[in-house]
Amino acid sequence: MKSLTNSQKETVTAYGFLFPNFLGFMIFTSIPVAASFALSFISWDLLTPPRWVGFKNFIELFWDPDFWKYCFNTLYLMLAIPLSMGGSLILAIAMNQKLKGIVFFRTVYFLPTLCSGVAIYMLWRLIYNPEFGILNTLIANLGHTLGLTLKGPNWLTDEAWAKPALILMSVWQTVGGYNMILYLAALQGVPRDLYDAAEVDGANAWQKFWAVTWPQISPTTFFIAIMSIIGGFQAGFDPAYVMTGGGPNGSTTTLIYYLYNNAFEWQKMGYAAALAWILFIIVFIFTLLQWRVFGKTVHYH
Amino acid sequence: MAALQALHQTSEIQAYVQAKAIAKALTLETIKARKKRREILNKTLATIVLTVGALTMVGPFLWMVSTSLKAPGAVFSFQKNWWEEWIPTSFVWQNYVKAWQVVPFARFYLNSIFVALCVTFGQVATSAMAAYAFARLQFPGRDKVFFAYLGTMMVPGAVTMIPVFILLKHLGWIDTYKALILPGIFTAYGTFMLRQFFLTLPKDLEDAAKIDGCSYIGIFWRIILPLSKPALATLTTFTFMGTWMNFMWPLIVINTQTKYTLPVGLAYFQSLHNTDWTLLMAASVMMILPILIVFMVNQRFFVEGIKLTGIKG
Repeated sequence: MKSLTNSQKETVTAYGFLFPNFLGFMIFTSIPVAASFALSFISWDLLTPPRWVGFKNFIELFWDPDFWKYCFNTLYLMLAIPLSMGGSLILAIAMNQKLKGIVFFRTVYFLPTLCSGVAIYMLWRLIYNPEFGILNTLIANLGHTLGLTLKGPNWLTDEAWAKPALILMSVWQTVGGYNMILYLAALQGVPRDLYDAAEVDGANAWQKFWAVTWPQISPTTFFIAIMSIIGGFQAGFDPAYVMTGGGPNGSTTTLIYYLYNNAFEWQKMGYAAALAWILFIIVFIFTLLQWRVFGKTVHYH
Repeated sequence: MAALQALHQTSEIQAYVQAKAIAKALTLETIKARKKRREILNKTLATIVLTVGALTMVGPFLWMVSTSLKAPGAVFSFQKNWWEEWIPTSFVWQNYVKAWQVVPFARFYLNSIFVALCVTFGQVATSAMAAYAFARLQFPGRDKVFFAYLGTMMVPGAVTMIPVFILLKHLGWIDTYKALILPGIFTAYGTFMLRQFFLTLPKDLEDAAKIDGCSYIGIFWRIILPLSKPALATLTTFTFMGTWMNFMWPLIVINTQTKYTLPVGLAYFQSLHNTDWTLLMAASVMMILPILIVFMVNQRFFVEGIKLTGIKG
């Protein structure tokens, strides 16, 4: 009898503790997920009554050339991921050499990640200014010292250069951030004796890297890659909104920017919801991939 | 004679052993020296890589600060030494005053601080409570509810954004602080992270407290929370920074200038003063400054937090 009241007491307490979070979770996450699914089969501009349209939104998306263009843009911008990861790994290896002042370096490298946001995008918009921006000034100065006349491109207003410009900025922003810290932790976790064994076999630094370091840190590489890809599909709104407005000629509009435009500029709620669900499916596939691989191969953490 | 020979032999053996030991010590010495040399080479190389990288990281910030302190005309002048781009040669603090005046910057600041504090407090408090229930209490349906939480963690924010907007519109909450704060508080992520941390805490203390007649609330308040300071600090820092930087959501739900948060205010400022570089940079510096301070104070929680969420999550 006593134990029953005790467990009842526990249940009541548990519900009490859970209640505030659960309520918010239902209202702002759980129900909206279901609502958004229903919404993707509806045509609604929030003014006239909603209309059930079945798969029309998805079919329309499939034949929407803009959708495919923005898919391409999103993938193109994800070129920043391997570049940034390679840089992160090089920096992490350099940091792993037990130098003095490592805390200082770590802080400096973290600054761009830390300050990411509108302020930084405004800064880079000015850096990319073709006339007075620091980048083209540097390029011109470099040309001057080499005796050439170099002129930097119109970074953000030239359709060919806008995406590379955003990639360059993104690499600058992410190279010393989370990924570098994860890589550093992974490098510190590689067992010392593996290197000793490789040394006994007469391996040089290059061989040691490919035979020992690279396979040992591959779970981290995979983890970072998948997380970056998942993030990459949902990225690109803030910098493009501040720096290019999605232009020139839609060349920096990503899927999430298109979703924003559909929902909040053009009031095409159903169409935007369908787009959101396509994003969800892509993200879901990569998450499953991560679970599968991580469920099997990572034992040592 | 035989004994002498034996003695001779042993001394020979000894000599051999000694010679071998010396040789070994010598090779060890050279290996050590070679290792030492290689280490110095590695360290020099690493220092060069890190220094070049650090300059690349800091350069844009230097340029931002020096531009923010220039007289408006000086930005566009071509008669400059190269170092004048990076190091401020003039200190036009007036830019900061002006940036503060042309738009209600102080108001944006207050809005941002208010919203970030509310979201952070709400999130840490409700997440910690829910996490305690998930980690330590038995109740029917616990695993099912937790699974639902886990399941929504991979749902992109874009999916819930539209229905939440429509809901807020129906409630008449668009363009209010409620719209900025409430949806930000409840994330499955915070609950998940704290639950994982609570699970690692030893149970003995709680059992002892239970025997002493401590209630669940008492255990939560006096044992779990004090032991979880690092995890709570991490969640606090990340939530605060995330809310401070958030751009898209305030852009969607706020229409009135006086309710803008800093990022939206800054973008609005840019749209008004597109070519006033010195003012734009002064405003940017002012937005970044609080973040730098929070970071300097809480630095170790960042690194810990990244490892915690990155490796275990």
